Amino acid sequence: MTPDTQKDEFLRVRKIESGIVIDHIPQGNSLRVARILGLDESNQATVSLLMNVPSSSTGLKDIIKIEGRELSERELERIALVAPSATLNVIRGYVVAQKFKAKLPEVVEDVVPCPNPTCISNKEGRPRLHIREHSPLKLQCDYCEKVYSEDEFSF
Amino acid sequence: MNAWKGQDVISTMNWEREAMESVLATAEKMNVAFRKKQRSTTLNGTVMASLFFEPSTRTRVSFKSAMRLLGGEETAFGDPKTSSSAKGESLYDTVKALETQVDVFVIRHPNEGAAAWAAANTDVPVINAGDGNNQHPTQALLDLFTIQQNKKKLDGLTVLLAGDLKYGRTVHSLAYALSKFDGITLQFYSPSTLRMPSFMLKDLREFVKVQELDSMNLADADVIYATRIQKERISDPEEYRKASYRIDLEVMKHAKEDAILMHPLPRVDEIAVEVDRDPRAKYLEQESNGVPVRMAVLSMILGDRS
Repeated sequence: MTPDTQKDEFLRVRKIESGIVIDHIPQGNSLRVARILGLDESNQATVSLLMNVPSSSTGLKDIIKIEGRELSERELERIALVAPSATLNVIRGYVVAQKFKAKLPEVVEDVVPCPNPTCISNKEGRPRLHIREHSPLKLQCDYCEKVYSEDEFSF
Repeated sequence: MNAWKGQDVISTMNWEREAMESVLATAEKMNVAFRKKQRSTTLNGTVMASLFFEPSTRTRVSFKSAMRLLGGEETAFGDPKTSSSAKGESLYDTVKALETQVDVFVIRHPNEGAAAWAAANTDVPVINAGDGNNQHPTQALLDLFTIQQNKKKLDGLTVLLAGDLKYGRTVHSLAYALSKFDGITLQFYSPSTLRMPSFMLKDLREFVKVQELDSMNLADADVIYATRIQKERISDPEEYRKASYRIDLEVMKHAKEDAILMHPLPRVDEIAVEVDRDPRAKYLEQESNGVPVRMAVLSMILGDRS
């Protein structure tokens, strides 16, 4: 092992050729984001999950890098729910091809189940919630009318 | 203009005062006909589908009577023991199978949001006859009607809502409906585990004065609205004993002389039978107002077809 490769081994994260980097995830929420993206034992992609990374703006943050993967609209909306401050970077050929902030639409349809177990949407399907308050984020179910904060949604 | 024509009746949460007043005015007229047992042909040729997925006596019968008195027909579905819902048919399939044959759906369902969900999936008007622990909007209308009949107004009242305020759909509907009137004070009394949901308190505080009481203090109330506390909601029998309350003639001595006592019924032990002879007890009158108020709702939604 040359000194150079040895040094490389100690790099926190390598650059990725193509894939996504989800930056500025609120500290501690990266595991929820990972669950949203289905990053379990069946996952084949190379994933880097960084927790408690120093950040100039928020103190500490989490970051997830996934190689060879892009995100669906539904995944983006779910990430916006648990990590409203997240920035998404689409990487192609080692460079940032696209960069945007996670944004939750005013109406979230068929994205997350209503946390109320007896809500009709958990029986019949197609849950629909709308943003009731932005900060702190609160969503209200269009059917059962109950109001939930972000941490009450499970994935 | 009739704001109710073709509309769904799902939740009082966003109702406007004027819309409620228009139903109450129509209910006044219906009440005269109802008390004289006069039938009309207003809704001749129209069919109301009753989808009751949960037991109901009063609501179901009063909707049926209302439809009959207006000349319409009722087709009942949804007895969980005999209908296809017992075979696991979804609400969606039931609504879709019937929508071409009926003019209005009346739905009671154990799951919150069922009526709203049905309404989102059909163009036929849907009336919520109780969805889980969420809402029972036509009960709120008949409650308002009863209050107006007795107090001759709906503004400037102090209304005490007591019992299970967390799961009680009638109190949710009534509290939101009252919040659109002027000078209302809502007093809430419940066991600590069955308090009004916090988002509802926040909503209501935007419109009215809200007081959460530590004890069943009837002294300031113009309207006392008692509801039952279901035993199954409180697992600890001792806690249930402490949480439950009973209004008898002794307790009524603390109420104002011109207060009225209401209850959506059925009662368990909240109101002693001896209170029935107190002239302030209005729950039986309240119950009988179900028919004219539902006549008003049905006739306004379905319009004059004669």
